[in-house]
Amino acid sequence: MSQQLYLSSSPHIHSGETTSKVMHAVIYSLLPACGVAVYFFGPSALSVLLIATLGCLATEVVCQRLMGQPVTIADGSAAITGILLALNLPPSSPWWLTLLGAVIAIAIGKQVYGGLGSNPFNPALVARVVLLISFPVQMTTWSAPAPLGSGLDLVTTATPLGAWKNAVMLTGQMPSDLPGSTADYFLGNMPGCIGEVSALALLLGAAYLFYRRILTWHIPTAFIGTVILLSGLFWLIDPAKYPNPVFHLVTGGLILGAFYMATDMVTTPVSTRGMLLFGVGCGLLTVLIRLFGGYPEGVSFAILLMNAATPLIDRYTRPKTFGTPGQEVVR
Amino acid sequence: MKLKTFTGGIHPPDNKQWSSHKAIEDCPLPAEFVVPLAQHIGAPSVACVEVGQRVARGQEIGSAKGFVSVPMHAPTSGEVIAVENRPHPWGTSLPAVVIRPDGEDRWSTELQPADPSELTPDEIVERVRLAGVVGMGGAAFPAHVKMSPPPEKQIHTLIFNGIECEPYLTADHRMMLEEPERILQGVALLQYVLGAERVVIGIEANKPDAIALLKKHCLETPVEVMSLEVKYPQGAEKQLIAAVTGLEVPSGGLPMDIGVAVHNVSTAAAITDAVLHGRPLIERVCTVTGPAIREPKNLRIRIGTPLSHLVEVCGGLIEAPGKIILGGPMMGFTQLGFDVPATRGTSGLLLLRTEDVALHAESPCIRCARCVQACPIKLLPTTIAAYARRDLLAETAEYCVMDCIECGSCSYVCPATIPLVQAIRYGKAAILAKKRSSQI
Repeated sequence: MSQQLYLSSSPHIHSGETTSKVMHAVIYSLLPACGVAVYFFGPSALSVLLIATLGCLATEVVCQRLMGQPVTIADGSAAITGILLALNLPPSSPWWLTLLGAVIAIAIGKQVYGGLGSNPFNPALVARVVLLISFPVQMTTWSAPAPLGSGLDLVTTATPLGAWKNAVMLTGQMPSDLPGSTADYFLGNMPGCIGEVSALALLLGAAYLFYRRILTWHIPTAFIGTVILLSGLFWLIDPAKYPNPVFHLVTGGLILGAFYMATDMVTTPVSTRGMLLFGVGCGLLTVLIRLFGGYPEGVSFAILLMNAATPLIDRYTRPKTFGTPGQEVVR
Repeated sequence: MKLKTFTGGIHPPDNKQWSSHKAIEDCPLPAEFVVPLAQHIGAPSVACVEVGQRVARGQEIGSAKGFVSVPMHAPTSGEVIAVENRPHPWGTSLPAVVIRPDGEDRWSTELQPADPSELTPDEIVERVRLAGVVGMGGAAFPAHVKMSPPPEKQIHTLIFNGIECEPYLTADHRMMLEEPERILQGVALLQYVLGAERVVIGIEANKPDAIALLKKHCLETPVEVMSLEVKYPQGAEKQLIAAVTGLEVPSGGLPMDIGVAVHNVSTAAAITDAVLHGRPLIERVCTVTGPAIREPKNLRIRIGTPLSHLVEVCGGLIEAPGKIILGGPMMGFTQLGFDVPATRGTSGLLLLRTEDVALHAESPCIRCARCVQACPIKLLPTTIAAYARRDLLAETAEYCVMDCIECGSCSYVCPATIPLVQAIRYGKAAILAKKRSSQI
């Protein structure tokens, strides 16, 4: 009997979970948000999604070829970066802006650091912030939703957060006529980035990731909880000036950021204490930037800043080893 | 009510349905026994018989060398046909006594039964030592050593391990179902010797029949039967103690340091045989199972039975196995072939198919932290493994690599299929080797 015997040290069985299965699950979880975006913003959203995703895949192939490495686009990670980048762009983004973002995300955000698993910053957010700083006009030109079949054209308008910021900058008071209702914001019927508009669709996808145990509750809960508490505090102090926590929750990129961007495994802490700390930090920075910064939205900056703090957080939140009183922080 | 357990751990499919319903069968004697002289943690025993000598069942054939060592005994009556190096489950060739059975299976007349009520604790421990009893959960640590803690380490809690959290294995489960009296006599003996106030038999909740049966038997006794959450590695000593008592064995320490002793339920049965009947540990129950064997069974085997004989008794192979494993799939040892013998620590022979064990290509760590969540010692497996693979031993040690119990949960869950525990083992060995060389 001819046979091939495996010899190895234990364990001899594996859960069957693989990186590409995890990545593909994340892609599926983003489909509802993509669908809602296409519904509200039509072909322009679809083209941003396609250009960003294909651009990321192509950039990864080019980078890996140039470096003589095996091409790993099948693992799904570049596609996720592409989708997340698209979800973080305005629906009216011109094609060259989207493509440039894709190249920045993969080449500068990921591959220069050594590819999957080695990048300190969330690649899609790196690209978004580079674009935001370099092309402020294109990156802050927002469209009012024009649901498919409504016959409406996309009309340029301000995001709810932007409208609030403008009013506060000019008058020091809440504007009296913010566009849309809370229900509109929750469903996605508001101007904003392609993916941040529908809290409902994002939560559906996140629920699937919870079910698959790909997402844990720590970072989203700490992030959103901190935003609610801190923005609630300011709202209680001066409701005439500061918007209420629900407004903070459903407008802008908080849900997208808290569930999809701040939970990027590669760029966030590994221990549960570290994750909680990371989420709280994101929440604090988001509220401070939204209320007192120059930009109306602070989620991207908050997450990138906390990405930078991740190695430090990991070092100070190492779990207490079983049977020890806890150990000194490794220098 | 929420069942007690430890933090961390994993839920692999238990695959016990292959054999859990099968009553223990006596395995027929093979044509030849190979009894290795090293079967336990500690110094190997030294052969005390010669080629050509006739031996009786239970007769001492290897003498203990030192305190942390146990004697070896003939599994049946017959003739010693060789004392030489033979393939050993540990992966090398090691000294063994080879016996050809005479078919009479005649007990040695030197073995004397005893009335335990007339024995002092020290005499009981001595009978256990002479009988060569070792921990039967797999590690095979000499039982008498655990029964003689230094006087300042008073044992307050005595725990019996009926967890059997390794997938596939059902030997302890069947022992608890079929021989509860034998186990409970050993439980009482150990409680008497150690003077423990609290005695707990811990059983994973996936064995409700064993829990119910032992509870019934323990009604009138101080012994507590505790159902624990089904989670691997619930049966690891430190995790079992944490679940039952809430205490953590200190890093680098032993259970006795916190007043706890843990013995396997099958060890308790072996202690009964040793103390009451003077019978040495020459047999044990072993689960022969897996998708590649025709007829999975729980076999009562004599120590030294070649694996090839076990395969034959279980109806042979359905297909050539991809992996031959002694023990369970999480912590068992792979074998080169069927020519090695079963030892006192052989709780199972698991035959997996090639498709069950195919190796996956490793991909980069995506810091998903599943290993961190799974680690029952709360280590950072991915960090330690990365340091160990770069031979950064100081950093490896700083991240508490020596506390790893090598349960393999990290490797099991890793979506990048990084050999985490394997790298950690390498790191531990490298650190120990460095320590040894710096001492010389």
